[in-house]
Amino acid sequence: MELSTTDHEILNGDHGPAAADALQLVLRFAEAVGAPRLRACASAHVDGCLYHGQASLDYIERFVALKGRVKVPTTLNVGSVDLIHPELFIGDSKLGAAGRRLMEAHVELGCTPSFTCAPYQTLLRPRFGDHLAWAESNAIVFANSVIGARTNRYGDFIDLACALTGRVPDYGLHRCENRRARVVVDIHGFEHAGPDQAGGLAVATGLFIGKHCGDAIAAITGLPRSTSEDDLKALGAAAASAGSVAMFHAVGLTPEAPDLLTATGGLDVPVMARLGPETVSGILENLSTVTDGAGLTAVALGTPHFSLGEFDRLMPMLDLAPFAVPIYVNTGRHEYEQLSADGRAQRLEAAGVTVVVDTCTYVTAIIRDLSGAVMTNSGKWAYYAPGNLGVDVAFGTLADTLLSAKAGRVVRA
Amino acid sequence: MSARSLVSGKAAGPVQTLDDPLSFWGGFDSSSGKVIDRFHAQHGICLSGTVLCMERGRGSSSGASVLAEAIRLGTAPAAIILLDEDAIITTGALVAQMLYKIDCPVVAIRDRAEWRRLSALPRLAVEAGAERLVITPPR
Repeated sequence: MELSTTDHEILNGDHGPAAADALQLVLRFAEAVGAPRLRACASAHVDGCLYHGQASLDYIERFVALKGRVKVPTTLNVGSVDLIHPELFIGDSKLGAAGRRLMEAHVELGCTPSFTCAPYQTLLRPRFGDHLAWAESNAIVFANSVIGARTNRYGDFIDLACALTGRVPDYGLHRCENRRARVVVDIHGFEHAGPDQAGGLAVATGLFIGKHCGDAIAAITGLPRSTSEDDLKALGAAAASAGSVAMFHAVGLTPEAPDLLTATGGLDVPVMARLGPETVSGILENLSTVTDGAGLTAVALGTPHFSLGEFDRLMPMLDLAPFAVPIYVNTGRHEYEQLSADGRAQRLEAAGVTVVVDTCTYVTAIIRDLSGAVMTNSGKWAYYAPGNLGVDVAFGTLADTLLSAKAGRVVRA
Repeated sequence: MSARSLVSGKAAGPVQTLDDPLSFWGGFDSSSGKVIDRFHAQHGICLSGTVLCMERGRGSSSGASVLAEAIRLGTAPAAIILLDEDAIITTGALVAQMLYKIDCPVVAIRDRAEWRRLSALPRLAVEAGAERLVITPPR
């Protein structure tokens, strides 16, 4: 391992005992992944606020006791509780308290109390080419693919250790040669898709590459012009749920893929699949565990956290109110501040929409009635919630979910 | 021999070989030490105190938290012998060592024939350090 002057200083304790401890961990991790050296990182996104047992708390409290401070701007992923609306948490109170302490202790280390899985939306948008130490699978894919920043799939413990040192192992997606597409997934028949259809297509494409492309980065061709940044976010989140995807290229849409040849680094790579409307519908149908017409008890939106742009699309659909079932929307507290300031928060509440911040309805006890199916427009929610919450799920586009909320059962736009 | 110590320590115990990679998150219960992945061929077996042989880890990075918690609770394997390096398992065992001074040595053998030979033995003793790595059937 080549150590820089900075690394030596940190190990010597010049930056305090917490940084020295954390760097030991980063170095051992780097050895395990075969990185020859460390490099500086521009920011960190830490996924340490979900409680997995006493060890989660002991780890963070050790750095609090050593008076550690993060060395780079560090955002926090969702926690177990909505700290702004704590009454929404309906789970075990001891677990709730441990989860709350976990969130607060990270803030004591200098992390930004963002508690969002989408820090790239309003809070900390990395720049093209930045090296990052990011955790949270959807944020990793978004940063690499949509922004062109560079991070591997960091996670528990190591994300915070990188934040406390400002150092990250130099391997994998930090290096140009590992960012090129190795397979092509071609989509046809969606050239004129509207925004609602583009949303569903993005989820289906994400699930497909997650399941079938493994570690090989896919270049996706044929996504419609109407594909928004929010759709690319949904694509990445679905891909990282169904497989260990850390990056994709959407040719003509993402920054490292102005054309196919650039995405592949000039190589001729195989087309591994061609997806048409029939395959796409089949993938989306498989996401639902109930059939159309099934009764609903809730609608869950905002996994990953809803952007302000997604709220813009949602607001006119509130004209459908009153709704037969409650609608939950997860978002970041910074987006929520804006909604409160411009009056949208009040309109959402009046229409029967519960805005949840700091956490997410698929990881914690928020939705009160799970006796019937829950409908979502999120591939990620649909993928995980049946296992996490033991609930039936119906997948639909944003328009489908709102019409179904009105009907109280699964209907299609 | 190309084997490497990923996490140092001394341990011995009966060998438990897993046919498929295990994700500690969602696949292993830190309170009982058992494999709880319904789709795993060895669902239900207990890994506590064993010298766990598996080719590699799998799944979410939250596996590091679950392994660290199991080491704290005393339900974890005594040692882990991998074929390939695994960053998630390494992190979990390193953090437990840092926090609780409990060693769960982790080794990557990096040679399939050698890993197969070791994983077929009934018991193993592991002594893993930066300078010295010894894996032997205990006398």
